Amino acid sequence: MTDKRTCLYDKHLELNAKMVPFGGFEMPIQYTDIVDEHNAVRKACGVFDVSHMGEVLVSGPEAEKYVQYIFTNDIAGAPVGKIYYGMMLHENGGTVDDLLVYKMADDKFFLVINAANIDKDYAWIEAQAKAFDVVTENQSDTYGQIALQGPESEKVMAECLDLACEDLAFYTFKTVDTEGETLIVSRTGYTGEDGFEVYGSHAYIQGAWDKLIAHGVKPCGLGCRDTLRFEVGLPLYGDELTDDITPLEAGLGMFVKLDKENFIGKEALAKQKAVGLTRKIVGIELAGRAIPRHGYDVVVDDKVVGTVTTGYNSISTGKSVCMAMVDIEYAKLDTPVQVRIHRKLQEGTVCKKRFYEKNYKK
Amino acid sequence: MAKTIEGLYYSESHEYVKVEGEYGYVGITDYAQEQLGNVVYVDMPEVDDEVTAGEEFGAVESVKAASDLISPVSGVVVEINADLEDQPELINQDAFGTWIMKVKLSDPSEVDNLLSAADYENCCK
Repeated sequence: MTDKRTCLYDKHLELNAKMVPFGGFEMPIQYTDIVDEHNAVRKACGVFDVSHMGEVLVSGPEAEKYVQYIFTNDIAGAPVGKIYYGMMLHENGGTVDDLLVYKMADDKFFLVINAANIDKDYAWIEAQAKAFDVVTENQSDTYGQIALQGPESEKVMAECLDLACEDLAFYTFKTVDTEGETLIVSRTGYTGEDGFEVYGSHAYIQGAWDKLIAHGVKPCGLGCRDTLRFEVGLPLYGDELTDDITPLEAGLGMFVKLDKENFIGKEALAKQKAVGLTRKIVGIELAGRAIPRHGYDVVVDDKVVGTVTTGYNSISTGKSVCMAMVDIEYAKLDTPVQVRIHRKLQEGTVCKKRFYEKNYKK
Repeated sequence: MAKTIEGLYYSESHEYVKVEGEYGYVGITDYAQEQLGNVVYVDMPEVDDEVTAGEEFGAVESVKAASDLISPVSGVVVEINADLEDQPELINQDAFGTWIMKVKLSDPSEVDNLLSAADYENCCK
């Protein structure tokens, strides 16, 4: 199967982006340099093509009841315009996907899912929907999406795209009627910085992209999207969350509301919480510069006690750090561990998995 | 455009060796550093390690990826470039001026199996 292209594909080629396959799409990993793109987002702002993300609209009289049943977070009584982060789970507590839920109306919710999981998720979403009076619609091919991220984003949204957002709180959205269509504009992102995501038609997104690039905003690829989200401890499905990893093991318990009505996977997670975790995702800081990468062994006393899920030499701090799934007895802060990098064991210490402080505007 | 230097010997896996007497200085080519982007770590062998032509002796790492280093020659490591421990970016600044290891060659005729600057350039096209 050939990879899909987003509505901005030709723009990426014009900018000489290095293209790679990601989640079933041909996506830009970098335009000029990951480090420059990363720093632009931390210090000013940058724009990402995130049109590969999937969108599913759920509507109908039982829409809220249905979303409550498939989603770990609690959306009961939420105001229109509010966004929630959480997961969809298998019965055994493993993660189908992590996603955002936008409350569009009392009977309408907009689900934003990972590109690589669109087919799997939509099949699962449809299967669960049979027992409810709801209609689900996969709108992934309808919407283009860009993310403008960094401390200057609010200013650029207003000046360059004529989208005033100073009234938009973190994790809320509004709809904006422009050029004969209705955009969705949210104060969300995946970088640990203030920023916005805009969903619109392919034509609108192409026009907005051109305006931002002409305005001097740095185009940023998936390479720095990963280094940015990693530094602030945000999970990536496929690394920190999988069909076999529960949100509790990933340290995402605050997005799982075990005290709400029933949802798929609740029983398994309640049991896991009661019995206690056997493994958990932690941060590890290495003493040297060697770089721990996905799949490398975490070792204590010559015994493998875990696996690196994501690791880098952190661009913002210069330290070699990783997230890793480790046996619970080695998950305490300050536990000395080693990571096998190439042929050698490198010394490290368990630390918090937030390696850089988030800079959200709340 | 990546440069090459006459008189060095090149491998298809983008290492070079500069021969001085019975010693060879091994590094990665300018083309290799361009392809890698910012080098953020160099995994080097240790002094007295034996290396074998065609076999891995370490790795160079960019932000995203690790690339194995393949030794173009056989011998014993007599020195490593300690500057790279704290300044791996030297490889980006001057790949040919920044050797990674100095090897006492066990078979100096091995370099005859390597590429000339001109042949290496063709191989990068």
